Amino acid sequence: MKKILFSIGQYVDLTIKVFRKPEKGPVFRKQIANEINNLGIDSLGIVAIISVFMGAVVAIQTAHNITSAWVPVTTVGFTTRESILLEFSPTIICLILAGKVGSRIASEIGTMRVTEQIDALEIMGVNSANYLILPKIVAAVIIFPLLVIISMFLGIFGGWLAAVWMHVVTTTNYYAGITMDFIPYEIFYSMVKTVVFSFLITSISGYYGYYTNGGALEVGRASTKAVVMSSILVIVFNLIITQLMLG
Amino acid sequence: MIETRHISKSFGDHLIIHDISIIFERGKTNLIIGPSGSGKTVLMKCIVGLLEVDEGQILYDDRTFTDMDFYEKKSIRQEIGMMFQGGALFDSMTVEENVMFPLTMFTTQSMEEKRERVNFCLNRVNLENVNKLYPAELSGGMKKRVAIARAISMNPHYLFCDEPNSGLDPKTSIVIDNLISEITKEYGITTIINTHDMNSVIEIGDHIAFIYKGKLWWVGNNSKILDTDNEELNNFVYATELTRRLKKQK
Ligand SMILES: Nc1ncnc2c1ncn2[C@@H]1O[C@H](COP(=O)(O)OP(=O)(O)O)[C@@H](O)[C@H]1O
Ligand SMILES: [Mg+2]
Repeated sequence: MKKILFSIGQYVDLTIKVFRKPEKGPVFRKQIANEINNLGIDSLGIVAIISVFMGAVVAIQTAHNITSAWVPVTTVGFTTRESILLEFSPTIICLILAGKVGSRIASEIGTMRVTEQIDALEIMGVNSANYLILPKIVAAVIIFPLLVIISMFLGIFGGWLAAVWMHVVTTTNYYAGITMDFIPYEIFYSMVKTVVFSFLITSISGYYGYYTNGGALEVGRASTKAVVMSSILVIVFNLIITQLMLG
Repeated sequence: MIETRHISKSFGDHLIIHDISIIFERGKTNLIIGPSGSGKTVLMKCIVGLLEVDEGQILYDDRTFTDMDFYEKKSIRQEIGMMFQGGALFDSMTVEENVMFPLTMFTTQSMEEKRERVNFCLNRVNLENVNKLYPAELSGGMKKRVAIARAISMNPHYLFCDEPNSGLDPKTSIVIDNLISEITKEYGITTIINTHDMNSVIEIGDHIAFIYKGKLWWVGNNSKILDTDNEELNNFVYATELTRRLKKQK
């Protein structure tokens, strides 16, 4: 328990250090562009594949569960859209990103710690926490929502592919389903979740990397801890935000 | 000049640095020597402020570093150049970007001026045509040179080198040692070097402090170190068969 409190204190301390004004504006902007590329664009492939397949699975499962003639033909499209928009795209995609981006951040910063590159920054008078972690947080908060929106489109597209392919519903019925009773607030809810998750994933992974102690082995360990902890917190905050916004 | 007054540092229950007072002079290569694990790196990190001391004071030319706030320390940091044991070059940057980094962060120089300074520093450490290479593409000796070039890019008044020749062959070691010594004299820098290499001690030991188990045991220079009767120091100096034989011959 004492250890948990200590970690939380250390994390808060670090976060305060992270949110200082960057030393040089142009350097900071260049770093953000770089991180958007590293953390976002590099994840596009995996996000696309997973989204299309999950969308397809959701559509087939929904169709499988409703064989009754009483259920309207629009249900497959409607249910697919709701699952993807509310839960699948924001939460599952962010969990995938917690694995991919979290381990990357923790091992990058952890390696810099154990090879004294962080000390080198500090000795020059650079606020290393700010310099290393803030661009990643900002980049993720910008690019993750975009990835999630792309995932929403691709998921719905995947559902359509499956529906048409397996002849569960026609394109017209699917389309009618996905456009039925659309509530823009649900998109807002998903985006709020995504932004919170982006912050959690990058700041927690940054924390584990920054306080790595020792050598290469510890870098690996820090990276595993970063993924586990950010995944757990994504799930916990998913519940909290959902309770607050939809409950 | 840098002075430490009665500084102590412990990690938990482990007392690593115990009441150390040393004066490091300007324009000289000041060595901190001692076996591995004796506390040299911790002492150096305390002096530059990467670690907080538990007790004592550190003075940079009569400015009390240990009493300073964050911003005052930061301004002193820009007078400090440091070369880390493994080089600590930024992996994601080219050699040129590494050496240019402090200039980019802390000066308003144009790209041209910065390039010129980078080339000057790289030239000073006898490196050519490496500007666009990444640290992973360099040999051990080259990495150390780039680390020196980066450390001197801001014209430091104080230069710190942690084991500058660890991992190098004896010949390259001497080259690096001489380079640091030349730069020190040329620009009148206060230089502090951690080492356990007896060759360095003899070659460039203008001023030597011997640390063992976190305590200061002996202070002197390279002309006195071979004739001391301090037992711990003798065990360190005459640790190898070669040095013992040389002693017998004398
Ligand atoms: N961050 C740290 N936490 C705990 N102990 C440390 C830390 N850094 C160094 N030590 C301990 O301090 C002692 C001196 O280490 P160091 O200064 O690196 O020796 P060296 O003279 O080889 O440079 C060692 O016993 C080391 O285990
Ligand atoms: Mg050391």
